[in-house]
Amino acid sequence: MSTQARSLTWQDEVRRVARRVRMRVLEHTLNNNGGYMSQACSSAETLAALYLKIMNLGPSEAPMVPPPFPGVPGPGNTNYFTGAAYNGPRAPHLDRFYLSPAHYALVLYATLIEVGRMAPEGLAQFNQDGSTVEMIGAEHSPGMEVTTGSLGQGLSQAIGVAVARRMRGETGRTWVYMSDGEFQEGQTWEAMQFLSFYKLDRVGIYVDVNGQQCDGAMESVMPIEPLKARLEAFGARVFQVDGHDPEALAAPAALEPDGRPLVVLAYTDPCRGLDLLRRNAPKLHYLRFKSPEERQLYEGELRKMQAEEGV
Amino acid sequence: MELLKRVHAHNIVAWAKDRPEVVVLSADLTSSSEADLFRDTYPDRFFSFGLSEQNMLSVAGGMAREGLTPFVHTFAVFIYRRAYDQIAMSVAYPNLRVRMIGFLPGILTPGGATHQAIEDIAVMRALPNMTILETGDATDVESVLDVAQAVDGPVYVRMLRGEIPRLFDASEPMRFNRARILSRGTDIALLTSGICTEEAMRATSVLKARGVSIQHLHVTTLKPFTDPAVLEAAAGAKYGVITMENHSVIGGLGTAVAEVMVEAGLGKRLVRIGIPDVFAHGASRQYLMKELGLDAMALVRKVEQMVGQALGITEEDLAAVRLTAVHSDAKAEAL
Repeated sequence: MSTQARSLTWQDEVRRVARRVRMRVLEHTLNNNGGYMSQACSSAETLAALYLKIMNLGPSEAPMVPPPFPGVPGPGNTNYFTGAAYNGPRAPHLDRFYLSPAHYALVLYATLIEVGRMAPEGLAQFNQDGSTVEMIGAEHSPGMEVTTGSLGQGLSQAIGVAVARRMRGETGRTWVYMSDGEFQEGQTWEAMQFLSFYKLDRVGIYVDVNGQQCDGAMESVMPIEPLKARLEAFGARVFQVDGHDPEALAAPAALEPDGRPLVVLAYTDPCRGLDLLRRNAPKLHYLRFKSPEERQLYEGELRKMQAEEGV
Repeated sequence: MELLKRVHAHNIVAWAKDRPEVVVLSADLTSSSEADLFRDTYPDRFFSFGLSEQNMLSVAGGMAREGLTPFVHTFAVFIYRRAYDQIAMSVAYPNLRVRMIGFLPGILTPGGATHQAIEDIAVMRALPNMTILETGDATDVESVLDVAQAVDGPVYVRMLRGEIPRLFDASEPMRFNRARILSRGTDIALLTSGICTEEAMRATSVLKARGVSIQHLHVTTLKPFTDPAVLEAAAGAKYGVITMENHSVIGGLGTAVAEVMVEAGLGKRLVRIGIPDVFAHGASRQYLMKELGLDAMALVRKVEQMVGQALGITEEDLAAVRLTAVHSDAKAEAL
């Protein structure tokens, strides 16, 4: 973070980090001829707000450049680690973070870089053999603590953590970042009914409601709306906010927990900050350039962003 | 033979007394999986999930990451069939200390195909990091928790409930990856697991009296499967090896023994007694064991074939069948 950045309001800082996350993901997508671009466009402000304002995390305890893959967990592997150290130390009063849609890992890595928890060089290891900076983040990946690539399992695993923390009397909160597509999974609703029944109000969920899934627009594949009403029927305390407005994103987290699990539905634009992407609608899940001309257009867009950011 | 009721129900309460990290998770089969006494004794360590096995297994993974040891209690089928992906990714991949206590293994229920875990060992054996244990009597049930708790990773237990026999001395607990040697002999190596051990014991004494010398091992650790006694028994058997299990012949004890024998280059005959790659249906244990060829007479016939001699053994010669009532004080329901 530059000294200039510190003089900004936190809202400005969230917007700035979000812009830079999009820029970094676009740059990466151009360099790799593909990437989860629409996820960056939709989630950048939410992830930035979580790291800069909402979550109470200590400083990163992990190496700025991610160490190589230590091998899969198992009885014979004493070198095994998770990527949780990028989110700071474990302490009773500190929060924990769980990214459930693990294909958002690229956006998470970019966010870690922009908030000063990972070196920019870390992203060069993305999807490289022997690296922890995996394409679909797993528990050894920077910023990750559990393996969530099979959608719908992140919330339940975080609940297990939250139950254990409550049994120990810890005050720190457990934050779960989810995609709206995960509300098509039965397990998510099993988890919601459990959260309500056990009054786990220190679990907070942010959902990227971008209306997109692999096969296209969710409303054409399998609609989940009205999501707020459905979640409220499951006993959750639900806030529907503009997912690009830092103030609106952060406000629900500042409320005193009231016994109900907190869900913030961040309604987002999957093309925010990159209008070019709209030409790919309704298939926005993964950006790959279909022609050199298209690639050039995106390169031009990146140069424009860089100029605006003074990079 | 001594018969005991609700052995696990009482055992886990006593066992967990000074183990505050032990929590029990249940999916609406709390009495049926003998977790009710635990629930009533330690309500703060008991978690009801209702009918939500997928969430339950992933939550168990999260709890285990924080130093708790979840003991998941439900019918075996609802563990590995309903929540396999959750077990694989939330529990087995991170090698977490989650203990899955699966009741009604194999054909131990008239509940039919939906309730009969006939391929659970095959499925769980293929999962990296998974340990698989199976109980065969009251002594096994009393000692399996210690064996499981010593494993630094996930454990799947095929558990017995209700009214169960004590086949083995209470002072000789189950040992990890070590078979119990029930009889010594040189003609046939007989390896049995679970309820098939009791069934085999009905036949082995008669077979011995007819001059067939049997090395009988009761197997409780199905994965890992590296007990040297298995290969020793197989290598020392004049005619061959017989396995007998309350599970499909594909992927269970018989397969594990076959792998050990073939990898050692042991060119001996192997006969697998088990569920012959078919689903079962709703009927009594005794009826299904006879129909599927899992009972003592089925073993006698296989021994006769292996030694190439009719032994003239009839049902009357075998030790009495232990008939268990479908409705019993020891079970919450007729399942």
